[in-house]
Amino acid sequence: MTVMTSSSPLIIKGVSKQFTLPGRVIDALSDVSFDIRPGQVTGLIGADAAGKTTLMRLIAGLLTLDKGSINVLGMEVAEAPLGIQSVIGYMPQQFGLYQDLTVLENLRLYADLQGLAQAQRPERFEKLLAMSGLAPFGNRLAGNLSGGMKQKLGLACTLLKSPDLLLLDEPTVGVDPVSRRELWQIVYQAVEEQGMSVLLSTAYLDEAERCHDIKLLHEGRLLAQGPPQHFTRPLNNRTFLVSSRAPGGKRQLKNQMAAQPWVQDALILGDDIRILTREALQTPNEFLHHNTVAGQSKLHDLKIEAVEARFEDAFVDLLNQQTESAPQSDPPTLDTPEIIASEFDDRPAIEVDQLVCRFGDFVAVDHLSFKVQRGEIFGLLGANGAGKTTTFRMLCGLLPATEGHLQVAGLNLRHARAQARAKLGYMSQKFSLYGVMSVAQNLAFYSKVYGLKGKKRQQRMEWAIETFELQHLLKQPSRDLPLGFKQRLAMACALMHEPDILFLDEPTSGVDPMGRRDFWNKINALAEAGVTIMVTTHFMEEAEYCDRMAIMANGRIMALGTPAEIKQEAGHSVMEEAFIRIIEADKAAETKP
Amino acid sequence: MAWLSWARIWALTIKEFRVLLQDKRARFVVIGPPIIQLFVFGYAATFDLKQAPVAIFNQDQGIISQEIIGHLAGSDTFEIVAQLHHQREVAPLIDNKKALIILNFPSDFSSRLQETGTTQLQVIVDGRNSNTALLAQNDIMQVIKTFNEQWAQAHQLNQAPVSLVQRNWFNENLKSNWFFVPGIVALIVLVVSLLVTALSVAREREEGTFDQLLVTPAVPLEILIGKSLPGLMIGLLESNIIILIAVFWFDVPFRGEYFLLQFALIFFLLSAIGVGLMISALSTTQQQALLGAFMFMVPAVILSGFATPIDNMPDVIQWLTYVDPLRYFLVVVRGVFLQDLSLETLWPQIWPMMLIALFTLSSAAWLFRHRNA
Amino acid sequence: MSGMSLKWMRIRGLIHKEFLQIIRDPSSISIAFILPVILLLIFGYGVNLDAKHIKIGIVQQQPSAESQDFVSHFHQNDYFTPQTFENLAQGKQAMQTGKIKALLILQSNFAADFHQPGTAPVQLLVNGVDSNTANLINGYVQGTWQTWLIAYGAERGIRVLQPVETVNRIWFNAQVNSRYFLVPGLIAIIMTLIGALLTSLVVAREWERGTMEALLVTPISIQELLLSKVIPYFILGMGGMLLSLVMALFLFDVPLRGSLWLLFLSSALFLWVALSMGILISTVGKTQFVAGQIAIIVTFLPAFLLSGFIFDIGSTPLFIQAVTHIVPARYFVALLQTEFLAGDILWVLVPNLLALFVMGIILTLIVLKKSHKRLD
Repeated sequence: MTVMTSSSPLIIKGVSKQFTLPGRVIDALSDVSFDIRPGQVTGLIGADAAGKTTLMRLIAGLLTLDKGSINVLGMEVAEAPLGIQSVIGYMPQQFGLYQDLTVLENLRLYADLQGLAQAQRPERFEKLLAMSGLAPFGNRLAGNLSGGMKQKLGLACTLLKSPDLLLLDEPTVGVDPVSRRELWQIVYQAVEEQGMSVLLSTAYLDEAERCHDIKLLHEGRLLAQGPPQHFTRPLNNRTFLVSSRAPGGKRQLKNQMAAQPWVQDALILGDDIRILTREALQTPNEFLHHNTVAGQSKLHDLKIEAVEARFEDAFVDLLNQQTESAPQSDPPTLDTPEIIASEFDDRPAIEVDQLVCRFGDFVAVDHLSFKVQRGEIFGLLGANGAGKTTTFRMLCGLLPATEGHLQVAGLNLRHARAQARAKLGYMSQKFSLYGVMSVAQNLAFYSKVYGLKGKKRQQRMEWAIETFELQHLLKQPSRDLPLGFKQRLAMACALMHEPDILFLDEPTSGVDPMGRRDFWNKINALAEAGVTIMVTTHFMEEAEYCDRMAIMANGRIMALGTPAEIKQEAGHSVMEEAFIRIIEADKAAETKP
Repeated sequence: MAWLSWARIWALTIKEFRVLLQDKRARFVVIGPPIIQLFVFGYAATFDLKQAPVAIFNQDQGIISQEIIGHLAGSDTFEIVAQLHHQREVAPLIDNKKALIILNFPSDFSSRLQETGTTQLQVIVDGRNSNTALLAQNDIMQVIKTFNEQWAQAHQLNQAPVSLVQRNWFNENLKSNWFFVPGIVALIVLVVSLLVTALSVAREREEGTFDQLLVTPAVPLEILIGKSLPGLMIGLLESNIIILIAVFWFDVPFRGEYFLLQFALIFFLLSAIGVGLMISALSTTQQQALLGAFMFMVPAVILSGFATPIDNMPDVIQWLTYVDPLRYFLVVVRGVFLQDLSLETLWPQIWPMMLIALFTLSSAAWLFRHRNA
Repeated sequence: MSGMSLKWMRIRGLIHKEFLQIIRDPSSISIAFILPVILLLIFGYGVNLDAKHIKIGIVQQQPSAESQDFVSHFHQNDYFTPQTFENLAQGKQAMQTGKIKALLILQSNFAADFHQPGTAPVQLLVNGVDSNTANLINGYVQGTWQTWLIAYGAERGIRVLQPVETVNRIWFNAQVNSRYFLVPGLIAIIMTLIGALLTSLVVAREWERGTMEALLVTPISIQELLLSKVIPYFILGMGGMLLSLVMALFLFDVPLRGSLWLLFLSSALFLWVALSMGILISTVGKTQFVAGQIAIIVTFLPAFLLSGFIFDIGSTPLFIQAVTHIVPARYFVALLQTEFLAGDILWVLVPNLLALFVMGIILTLIVLKKSHKRLD
């Protein structure tokens, strides 16, 4: 099949799809119409439950349409699913790699399935392996690859026969920035060399800017479409970087800014605050004018700088317009939990010295040393498989340390009495609450397990329900909650007993941008109240929210300091770039000797 | 044990019940297999012959053969399915499974008996199922024995001077129902408690909730008790329902001490739960746990004496059965149901179960924290 | 490339993958290889319905030459392991505690009353809890008693006449060795494990791990996909059958009286049915947990209990007998027991083979109707 350059490889007309669950009907997609341009990367952007995955599956012929039509490369999906499946490539969110097959065996299998001729294989394999950086790992079992490598292999498998249309469903979820960048390179290479058309859904808004064209889905409807610039242009003169000359207190500054009626959104960016205003402000002077109007004398000694709008700003703006049109109560602010002043006040909350963890020959954590002060947000960043989760598990007492010294709240939790564990809260990478139990039952269970009793327990339950806005969901089984609410519930359970230290292992992986914002507001409030927070993340913008952070690779710390220090050390002002430089410097250092 | 928090244990127990009973799939494990097994075993597991097909090849001219045939026809054990007229019909009938037994009365059957006082009857049995064959042979012998006694009496023959009087204790009419149905109590309790517990820890590991639990102040012993109590309660409840069904539906007599049975049942349940939790603590996925439970269960049931006596097994395999808790509890449950055995008599069956429970439960508790996958 | 060779490339690729997975996945190995061997060993050696060395207690209330002679018959006999008790109370105690299975009481008047017709100086008490064993014990003691009586009478010139003597012949299994019927029947169980349980688990695993979604969007047709699942597990199942056959013939000395090709034909037919069931189960329950549960309840337990493998179908109540007609293992067990012990008896083989064939057709049609390349 030849690609018809003139016509669209994908035409979607009036597509609707409903799912029937016991007791309710969900409109996954309602009357969505668009087409994509050939030879371009089209981004499918949307919050959770926007209908991205459903749409992908409909295009791939895996679901039946309720209404409308989908035309792929001149074929109707309803009529010729098999024909379409032989010319498209589709990578589901969780790509079906066979864990107990090696990299090469997986490639060979998909080459067989897609009917790639034997003669073409050596060349094609070599090329894809080189592109994905998997060449040295041809004989490694797919199950033993890191998350990022798995995604790259999945992509390589779908690209084997150079499909005319490539569908990628959130290919970069849970993938570290280095691997993410590599994934994008592979996609772009395919687009440029073969004129492939790509439809890609993502929750990373910075990736949206890399797309040629964007389709913004919201609650099953197409909200907006156009090239990224089209989205950001209206935001000219609405984005500013604010920095306080007075040292520290960036979280307070952020809260103050967010409280201004003319500010739509405020985010911490390293030492500064990035804000999005509701209306365009022509000059920083006008900005100051607004401040005086607001009568906030404190804000006077601020440095204000206009910055370029990002896609994320547009996304927030558009979605806020949507939600604001509906009546909504003010989001409650997080009451500051009372932190019992303990005897460790002047000592670091977490102390790690020469920590080592080995699994057989494999050194997962290699002589790690760092300290986290009370009330600090400490970020642990690194590529997939850098040893972050292992470090977390050791700190929480879930895994014995092979060597070295570690103290959490002055104790080693592996050996400390059980009560010591009441000082910490833990939220793991994937949702880990009892799925069959309702929200209320989960809350009740964790409150009891943490030993809360009587009135105190009642209070904390009410606090959790109110703070995390769970009132209308109390009776729902927690597994049926949308991802964002699952993660709220998990956090509510982890905070039930007012821990001094909170461990968050990739808490926002797969959560949409709005959910992440909401989440971080709560984290900030906790830190303000004196809770020590240790967090891992793959979102570089989240790294900016941390007070201090460490970048790990191969079980070692590559860089340690405040976000600003790290960016400076790497010599780049964007955290993602800084991160990649640090990781790559390490790789280079390793290959040299 | 001041450091154990009963509130926490209770919370863990309630949680375990909720996870078990609020989920359709998990609920099915607790309810489905027991019902199916109870009725299938209750009816299908039988070693009693009923309406075994008998074919008669009667070449006899006299009437004595008719008398014996009359005896057979009147019994519920046999059903006469064919009358043969030629020797060549015999083999195909057995071969084709049309008849289990063929009685061949020779042409001089009656006349010989009248002339010499003794005569011969040929009995051919299909041996493909050897147990059925033995039973059929025994049942035919019983019919003949009765006939012999009656004949001797009627003809004042010089019969065997003395006779052997048989009495069967505990199960006077040798109903295999009485043997199997109490055994089912043991079997179902094993299957349910094993499945419920074997899947519990593995499921929590798979879903990540186990780590979440381990970072709470709950200690392994509390988790262990929290995990065991639901299995114990469900096992006790189900076994009592089955006991009721056994007595009132299947008409098995309950002659012994009810509380003695419950006492032993608790230790049996604990040992089964211990095995289940141990399997669970060793597995990382539910599939492994399910397979592990299955791999334990199949030999445990087959080698327990549930259907075939342990005495018949070779020594090496008999040694293996000592670690099988079902072996002990089967003796208890049958002993209490049919024999009214005392605690003293049953003690040698009870303490090994205590030992198994202690070992498996403590290993499980240790594995909770020390197995990291 | 032609469509045909593409088709084969896809199927071959998937089959190759399936074998690699079987070899590398411990749970597949345990179901396909370890469990069958364990079952064969347990059933071949462990399960024995033929009571031997029965623990029997003997109480001679007044030992005499006659009673000693009688007791010696039990000592010479392979069926019994006699144990002597001083008095009745001790013997009954041993019965209660289960130390002995039966108690033979030779009363004090054994010798004196011996010549008085109609008296009963010998009593046999049998523990009836295990009714099957009790039945056998009764038979054995009866037999021993008869043999002794005749021998004893003959020594003294008394002809003890049995009005009717039976001449028993047990066909196909003259030694009534229960191994002969259990081991062939076990092949049905093992093939059920591989064909239904393992197959349903591996297909469900593909759904669970998301590999199915990736497979479905490749240009493979649903028939090719099914075929590529069926072929490897068919080979594995036949391998399991071959393993069982070799162990049956050479380890357990079970005779094979029928022809090998008919045995393979029946096995292949049954495996086809079992595989169709396995695939059907996995399309109903798309997680390994559910598929495993259903497979055990719908295929494994019936194959064990309702197939005539251990318990005689003819002796069960009519409604259970009716249910057994939809259990494929029922037909296969009948085929196996006949093929091994009786031979090529067409009257047994043809109807059972036909039944399996019809079931295979029906199940295959259902599978084809139920399977489609969609997620909803």
